[in-house]
Amino acid sequence: MYRYVVKRLLFLIPTILGVTFIIYLVMNITPGDPARALLGVSAPQADVDALNHELGYDRPFLEKYVNYVTKMFFEQDFGKSYFTKQSVFDEIWPRYIVTIKLALIGIVLSALIGIPPGILTAVKQYSLWDTIPSITAFFIAAIPAFVFGMLMLFFFSLRLNWLPSYGATSFAHYVMPTLTISIPPAAQIMRFTKSSMLEAIRQDYVRTARAKGAPERVVIWKHALMNALLPVITQIGLSLGVLICGAVVAEKLFSIPGIGSLIIDRILYKDEPIIIAGTILISICFTVVMLLVDLAYAFIDPRIKAKYTTGGGRE
Amino acid sequence: MPYRENLGDVLLNVEDLRVIYKTDLETVAAVNGVSFTIKRGKTLGLVGETGAGKTTTALSIMRLLPSTTGRILGGKAEFNGRDIMKFDDLMLRAIRGNSIAMVFQDPMTSLNPVMTVGDQIAETIETHNEKISKNEVKKRVGDILTLVGIMPQRMSEYPHQFSGGMKQRVVIAIALACEPELLIADEPTTALDVTIQAQVLNVIKELRERLGTSMLMITHDLGIVARICDDVAVMYAGEIIESGPVEDIFSPKAHHPYTAGLFDSVPDLRSDAKRLKPIPGLMPDPTNLPPGCVFAPRCSRAMDICAREHPKKTVSGAHSLACHLFGGTGA
Repeated sequence: MYRYVVKRLLFLIPTILGVTFIIYLVMNITPGDPARALLGVSAPQADVDALNHELGYDRPFLEKYVNYVTKMFFEQDFGKSYFTKQSVFDEIWPRYIVTIKLALIGIVLSALIGIPPGILTAVKQYSLWDTIPSITAFFIAAIPAFVFGMLMLFFFSLRLNWLPSYGATSFAHYVMPTLTISIPPAAQIMRFTKSSMLEAIRQDYVRTARAKGAPERVVIWKHALMNALLPVITQIGLSLGVLICGAVVAEKLFSIPGIGSLIIDRILYKDEPIIIAGTILISICFTVVMLLVDLAYAFIDPRIKAKYTTGGGRE
Repeated sequence: MPYRENLGDVLLNVEDLRVIYKTDLETVAAVNGVSFTIKRGKTLGLVGETGAGKTTTALSIMRLLPSTTGRILGGKAEFNGRDIMKFDDLMLRAIRGNSIAMVFQDPMTSLNPVMTVGDQIAETIETHNEKISKNEVKKRVGDILTLVGIMPQRMSEYPHQFSGGMKQRVVIAIALACEPELLIADEPTTALDVTIQAQVLNVIKELRERLGTSMLMITHDLGIVARICDDVAVMYAGEIIESGPVEDIFSPKAHHPYTAGLFDSVPDLRSDAKRLKPIPGLMPDPTNLPPGCVFAPRCSRAMDICAREHPKKTVSGAHSLACHLFGGTGA
């Protein structure tokens, strides 16, 4: 198990290399340059070229890439922002923490909101307890996150004045943004939980549990749910991607200083160091969450655990 | 225990049980007026081909039919004189696993893959003995595993670490954990290979003798019937078309043509027959059963009356059959 975790963490290295390469490539083939963005449309071309040279932007693509990666790995130096001339790490880290907080609270919330109605609709299939939540979830899944954000802003900040409408300095500040980003994935998770539970409920071992005389509560929560959780957990892990994207929306909407909005802003300036460092941090977070998902798998399912501990599996 | 008062010889008396599976598209008449009795300490074999309604009958007795489609239309199932069909959830839970237990057909899917086998056996014991200590449960789990021929040390292992035959032993251990009065075994050996079949059958037979359990043995294997059962009921398209003591069914006297066909389609080392004689045709569509005898469309001895009239039961001693051929002899 321990060896497996180390192995997975080592996989971070090729992941980071791949991610930086793709970002550099995309940045390179898209038009525009940081000096032009900084100096404005009317600046003479000579000044622009000079600034680009000063920033190191005009060097060949591969050279830039290799330089950046070696500096990052061996000196833990993410470079300086083209735009603010500040150390990228200093600029990005506090914003990263904010976004991660937002996304992780969002993920927990979406699981808490999504799983219980998923179980309910599966257990009470074809009754009103199934149709009403299912149809609601269907509609919610079709509505983009920012709509919820704006509705909440309107009611809870503007009308009722219960919650602050911008910033991220207290717990109250996080309530609306996290809800905003967690509702769409919650609808997904609910539908996933439902179909997974419906399948589990029809399994023979659930009938065996009933045949033992076990109360319905035990049959559903212990036998069916434990087996139904596996695909749901994968879905929760995958929705982290959705949540980080959603975080950008929430950051913009509620003026939260997060990493998503920073990256979007700096794309306009072709601020490569910021964009790449931000993407790397996000992909590290994503990889770690996927690792946690896999560990949760092993925790729930002894068959998967057996595969990890024997280091390979025979199947 | 409230269910153990002595009510004579009969442990389970099923009368005119009728079950359907209803979906939006169609209604399947799975069990159509089945009646049988199981005497204390005896084993009844329920025989018939796939789809005859054997499993449905068993699940109905446990009231474990799939809740969305299965429906019990009528009939009685008196267990120790009390009709299970009238039980509420609490009463059902009290007898399930405790007085009536079931061994399912497929051991590969009948065990929960994420629970240790020990926990799965313990669950039965804990469900029916509230004030039992952890140590006591553990000891009983160990005992029951030993009884079915599994080393008690393996109780902390998971189902995927067991072979098919071993899994079926675990399923049997779960069923026997509370020493039920009635054990329903639904084709317990069908999913296993032949050598393991014999082992599992021996385990069942031994345990039945040791614990004095009555049994409803569902099978399509006449060999198992001969080895294990006291009485036999032959089921076809949701009806019991012939029943009686195992000696009567296996004796060469008058039989329902379907029973005769069943015996002809089993290899017999002592006979000179070069080929097996399978019964031609298929079971009738259960959504649209024939009005007369359900076997008539496949019967080589069918007469005009068979297609029109549903045959009545003819009884001679303990042996009864429903066929127009023998209508004149008995009742």
